[in-house]
Amino acid sequence: MTEEPALELLGLGRTFGSLAAVDDLSFTVPRGSLLALLGPNGAGKTTTVQMCEGFLRPTSGTVRVLGIDPWTHADQLRPRLGVMLQAGGAHASARTREMLDLIGHCSADPLDAGWLLEELGLTSVARTPVRRLSGGQVQRLSLAMALIGRPEVLFLDEPTAGLDPAARHLVWDLLRAARADGVTIVLTTHLMDEAELLADQVVIIDHGRAVASGTTSELLGDERAHLRFAATAGLDLTLLLQALPSGYTAVEVRAGHYRVDGDITPAAMATVTSWFARVGVLATDLQVGRRSLDDVYLDLTGREIRA
Amino acid sequence: MTEPTTRYAPGTFTPAPRRASAWRMASAQTRFELRLLLRNGEQLLLALVIPIAALIGLTKISVIDLDEPRIDTVTPGIFTLAIMSTAFTSLAIATAFDRRYGAAKRLAAAGVPRWLLITGKIAGVFIVIVGQLLILSGIALLLGWDPAGSFAWALLMVLLGAAAFGGLGLLVGGTLRAEAVLALANIVWLVLVGIGGVIVPLSSGGLMSAIGQATPAGALSHGLRDVLQFGTAPSLTSVLVLLAWSILGWLSSIRWFRWQ
Repeated sequence: MTEEPALELLGLGRTFGSLAAVDDLSFTVPRGSLLALLGPNGAGKTTTVQMCEGFLRPTSGTVRVLGIDPWTHADQLRPRLGVMLQAGGAHASARTREMLDLIGHCSADPLDAGWLLEELGLTSVARTPVRRLSGGQVQRLSLAMALIGRPEVLFLDEPTAGLDPAARHLVWDLLRAARADGVTIVLTTHLMDEAELLADQVVIIDHGRAVASGTTSELLGDERAHLRFAATAGLDLTLLLQALPSGYTAVEVRAGHYRVDGDITPAAMATVTSWFARVGVLATDLQVGRRSLDDVYLDLTGREIRA
Repeated sequence: MTEPTTRYAPGTFTPAPRRASAWRMASAQTRFELRLLLRNGEQLLLALVIPIAALIGLTKISVIDLDEPRIDTVTPGIFTLAIMSTAFTSLAIATAFDRRYGAAKRLAAAGVPRWLLITGKIAGVFIVIVGQLLILSGIALLLGWDPAGSFAWALLMVLLGAAAFGGLGLLVGGTLRAEAVLALANIVWLVLVGIGGVIVPLSSGGLMSAIGQATPAGALSHGLRDVLQFGTAPSLTSVLVLLAWSILGWLSSIRWFRWQ
């Protein structure tokens, strides 16, 4: 196997009129790894994936999938990809099994369609027209269509959107198994837990630009705990910093939301709460925790990712 | 972050993509489209029920004045109706909804090249037209139809007609929104039934007849009557008009067709 990366983006950009949907995006996905493209709706995730699949022409930069230009050599590349379209792409009046068989026939040696349906819990609706499937069932059919051709690279656009928790775990198991078997997976999601649980690498995009990228542990920083609290905006933190031992930092992340970084021991906690008493502040929310991708995103953009 | 999974044997998903042969892809696509068609009531109505009803009705009920034997006058018009319904109206609507559902894109994503997608569609249209003409011919023969002329000329006209309507069907279905296509494809069908010599043969002379003759329906019905009713070669005008529409439809489709 030649070892060019599965996916390589270099300064990739796409504009629609005057809107830059994707702007100067660069990252590399090694073979057999899972990258999560994380961001709120409208961040440019789907546009990025569509350029990787050869459905959209980049307006700047380059993208190579398995060393191939997806726009100019789509016919050569696509048989090696497994694609899950956001719109699904299943014909509304086709039956579930019929639709999967059709896609299976595009491959010379597909996975067994009956087995795939069974694994994804779709056997009971194999003869049901797509228009009568639930959103979650359509989503699983869409995943089956992406997998059936034994692809080298899987592009999954929000694979677990609309799935109930049980189905979501089923899909996660399946994706882990596929990655363990050497499939490269690129998935878009706005679910932090999904990215945190599955991804070797996370790229957080917002307004078409990468605001952060790295392995999950890189993004989350070291294991040091932090303390967050919510109180009235604009508090003077000088007194607090004086009360705490050196090495602690305290910042107002955004109006009324504060974070104290450092070794959050019971003593440090007591210091913080006694400072509340001294300055006469009632914290409305106080929590100690490891950073999550939610925090990373919030710190970077000042917005909830699920906005 | 890899947790061991016991659910799947290692190697279950090992990459081994191999593109199917063009034949396997095209035949799967054509079978798929034919099955959808046979299950779709409106499409069947358009493809068979209306033409059969018109064939029997126009032959048996003499409200409209037609040359005797009525069945010989009626049949070429009904063939035109059948070809127009399938190659234009049905194809346009099916293409528009494929685009709406992303079904064409789904196939493209699975590695079906563009030319093969079109080929699969066209193959489906041809199979349906062959089926329609066989059934309609059978019924017409039972009603006493006595076709004149050469089979080769008739075949040429059918192919030219299908090419002209098919190109226009792809153009309409491949450029407009699904709802617009649904309306337009049916309106055009109705107008062409009205002015294209489908029911009453186009008379020679007169403005309406000249306009009718310039439409693909008029050219096809006229050409088919030349061959099947009068046993002559199709008029050069009919052949040229169908050729012109074919070229216009296909070139415009290549230029403006959108997959989504």
